[in-house]
Amino acid sequence: MKNTKKFIGILQALLLLATVSLAQNNGYEVGDEAMDFHLQTVSGSQVSLEGLEGNQGAIVIFSCNTCPYVQAYEDRMIELHQTYASKGYPLIAINSNDEKISPGDSFEAMKTRAAEKKFPFAYAYDKSQEVIRAYGATRTPQVYLLEKESDRYIVRYIGAIDNNYQDATSVSEFYLADALDALLSGAKVPRETTKAIGCSIKWSRNSQ
Amino acid sequence: MRALTPTLMKTSITGFFFVLLLVLLPGFSNKDLPKSAFKVISFQEFEQLAAEESEKLRVFNFWATWCAPCIKEMPYFEKANQSDKELELYFISIDDARRPERVTAFIERKAIESPVYLLNDVDFNSWIDKVSPDWTGAIPATLFIQADGSRHFHEGAMEETELLQRIDQLKQ
Repeated sequence: MKNTKKFIGILQALLLLATVSLAQNNGYEVGDEAMDFHLQTVSGSQVSLEGLEGNQGAIVIFSCNTCPYVQAYEDRMIELHQTYASKGYPLIAINSNDEKISPGDSFEAMKTRAAEKKFPFAYAYDKSQEVIRAYGATRTPQVYLLEKESDRYIVRYIGAIDNNYQDATSVSEFYLADALDALLSGAKVPRETTKAIGCSIKWSRNSQ
Repeated sequence: MRALTPTLMKTSITGFFFVLLLVLLPGFSNKDLPKSAFKVISFQEFEQLAAEESEKLRVFNFWATWCAPCIKEMPYFEKANQSDKELELYFISIDDARRPERVTAFIERKAIESPVYLLNDVDFNSWIDKVSPDWTGAIPATLFIQADGSRHFHEGAMEETELLQRIDQLKQ
């Protein structure tokens, strides 16, 4: 009886492990439908895909306060929002880092950062990490460019913003802007996925 | 003039051997060196380094000075490298190469003895897959290369027991 219980316990642990690793590997691929979310933003409101008005899609970026790569891209994120929100692609930045592991990524710290940088885009907190698990992002910053098709949001690009985090004037490949321009002109996204070095996600301990 | 020549030759021969010694010295096992070797390398140089033949299990740990989980696992790697003669460890920093002093100061402060190379290539998408197609780009990340050249990749931080188990497994 004791052994059976032990066995079931081990089985459950294994199952849980398998689920967790699946959840981390099985994010979206280009062409998949992205789930909607309802997240608290630093401005005190909620952001969701269905709540967007007159848009053609959205630029969802898994972001945070503390990652030097994110910091290097903040000004470019502001510019991207300013350029593309009026064309139907607003930017939504989502921080999913656990504040217990990374205190600099707390909701309060997000508010401070957003105020300092005067973010014109929604900066939302994915406290439960449900959104990032569904999307499958593994690092910050990581972009999911979504195109709206009737009521659905389809992933059209996953990856980096461009190919030079250090110096915006030295960029030779504008991955995200090129993808946006392609969608806006009804063309196929030239490069659908890219990789970049980024900061690992600070996963909550109890969910691992 | 003519009388001076042998002296000059002697000097230049001594000089030559001295330079040769300097060139060869870093080639000796890193365990003989008192301090960590540091240099800034291109991705091509990284690939050459990774392709070198070795009897040992070679470990390339990708990290950065600002990456908390990287810094946490570094001592495990450093300790394993010091106690295991069949291991050859390289810390590959992907810090900003415009500020190498951040890395060298870190090496001093933490008394790191294994070689640390700063990989200077920000066109990440051009090389991440070449390190491993399994790498999404998050750090820390570790590439293990066995003596026969086969590669094994791990993304994410490792606990000490996990690292030692992995090393044991890969040495067999």
